[in-house]
Amino acid sequence: MRKNLKYNLSWLLLAVAVYLGIFVLKSVGLLSGIVEDTLSLIGINVILAVGLNLIIGFSGQFSLGHAGFMAIGAYATAIFTQIQSTYTGFLLSILIGVGITIVVALVVGIPTLRLKGDYLAIATLGIAEIIRILIVNGKDDLSQGIFATGGAAGVFGIVDYANWEVIYIFMVLTTIIIANFIHSSTGRTVLSIREDEIAAEAMGVNSTKVKVLAFVLGAATASIAGSLHASYIQTIVPGDFGFMKSVDILIIVVFGGIGSLTGSFVAAILLGILNHVLRNVQAISDYRMIVYALALIIIMIFKPGGLLGKKELSMKKLFQRIGKGGKENASVDR
Amino acid sequence: MPLLTVDRLTKNFGGLAAVSNVSIQLEENELVGLIGPNGAGKTTLFNLLTGVYEPSEGSVTFNENGKETLLNKMKPYAIADLGISRTFQNIRLFKDLTVLDNVLIGFNSKNKQGIFSSVLRLPSFYRQEAELKERSIELLKIFDMENELETLARNLPYGQQRRLEIIRALATQPKLLFLDEPAAGMNPQETAELTELIRKIHQEFGITIVLIEHDMSLVMDVCERLYVLEYGQLIAQGTPAEIKENKRVIQAYLGGEI
Repeated sequence: MRKNLKYNLSWLLLAVAVYLGIFVLKSVGLLSGIVEDTLSLIGINVILAVGLNLIIGFSGQFSLGHAGFMAIGAYATAIFTQIQSTYTGFLLSILIGVGITIVVALVVGIPTLRLKGDYLAIATLGIAEIIRILIVNGKDDLSQGIFATGGAAGVFGIVDYANWEVIYIFMVLTTIIIANFIHSSTGRTVLSIREDEIAAEAMGVNSTKVKVLAFVLGAATASIAGSLHASYIQTIVPGDFGFMKSVDILIIVVFGGIGSLTGSFVAAILLGILNHVLRNVQAISDYRMIVYALALIIIMIFKPGGLLGKKELSMKKLFQRIGKGGKENASVDR
Repeated sequence: MPLLTVDRLTKNFGGLAAVSNVSIQLEENELVGLIGPNGAGKTTLFNLLTGVYEPSEGSVTFNENGKETLLNKMKPYAIADLGISRTFQNIRLFKDLTVLDNVLIGFNSKNKQGIFSSVLRLPSFYRQEAELKERSIELLKIFDMENELETLARNLPYGQQRRLEIIRALATQPKLLFLDEPAAGMNPQETAELTELIRKIHQEFGITIVLIEHDMSLVMDVCERLYVLEYGQLIAQGTPAEIKENKRVIQAYLGGEI
């Protein structure tokens, strides 16, 4: 028990240290607005990637509709903060988005996850597109009804309650929830389904229930990321949440390692930095997408399992290493 | 009332009756063998009894302390929860998980944790987790595998993988255990160890074991009673000594005129 406290405290310490690091850098004026933007977008991408990794990497189901769930959260926030432009309204809008997403994820998940195979990929691809089309056909403004998505022009002037600090806190919270979920007995049954569904069922694992649970949890975090995205960028259009956005998130997951939360963090940060550099350095900004694609190809050739494979950063292992007089390199098999 | 009653069970795949009109009874704490030539329907029968396939006709009834349950339409996980566990002909371990995790997942069926207590990491979560770990290690100790806790299942030698699959099945705390060709691919030394292992489980855990096996020395050695299948039909049953003398069985294995 005391040991668990030690590990948990060190995670907390790490989270606080990173926060303070960014805070100090910003206070001394070392962080420009553009860098802060990049950091915030990295935070949102981490939430998205960690959630998708739960679905793809840990439960072994293939979802191609992550951007659809993100859209639900984004529009929930965009619309509801117009009705109630307060901080509480913003937090409520996140909850509303999560609520709607859970219902939609259940409706898609329950029928498709009963089947064994890649049916979820097709169904989620479809549902993301349905959500996008629904949004495109929404009302122009609130006077015409509650479903005021602004059509293809989108919503602009969304109140900016999500600064980098809010995003950071949500990133830490969702990661803790998902990491705790994975490292519990229910989480182990999620892994068992990825490994061998037939054997898992024979061991008393209700595979449909567990798969739906993982899928819904992953989708809910995507909705949170969507809300933060809407409030941070302040302008959203349906095109932001198309198929390519789902693929972007998928790339982060694959790049970092399918089945490694640490990997999703590393990949979101690295790709975020790469994007930042490519966008802001004049000489190469024209070739941004080429460099980006090349980086991915190189990773896939030399590390087909992603940067970290299934490895995780573990405080327990880290302490054991230090105890044995080891040094550096903390990422060890979970 | 027997522990498991199979009454006139039939499974058709299109025009083929893979199992046809099979009736068997399993008593408590029995060690029963199920033999027959390749393709006789032994594994299909296991799959019917554990819910992987749904029977075409007939019934399977599980009797636990006088409470009868019809298994025909139940899902595999629900049947596992009742106390029926199994291993697979082609090993189906959770290969990328550790030995300990494999066993812990077995324990899950009878020890479900609340999601909220695990996500919030309440004290009850740590308590239960520690207890399950302790019990898993105890179980692994009985089978001399406590030194492999953190080894990935895929890295175990073949014989140990078979052994782990049996341990994982035992972790679900079954009353009835189906072993599907546990000695397949083992050398004589490993088979001898396995024979001892099965005997030990039968004695120490006091459960009913049904064994599919082609290794006749193993079957004749440990089983108290045998059922013989051929072309989906039950052709004989009795003690090993009786089966050895049974003309119909000899014919099924060696061929010959009727």
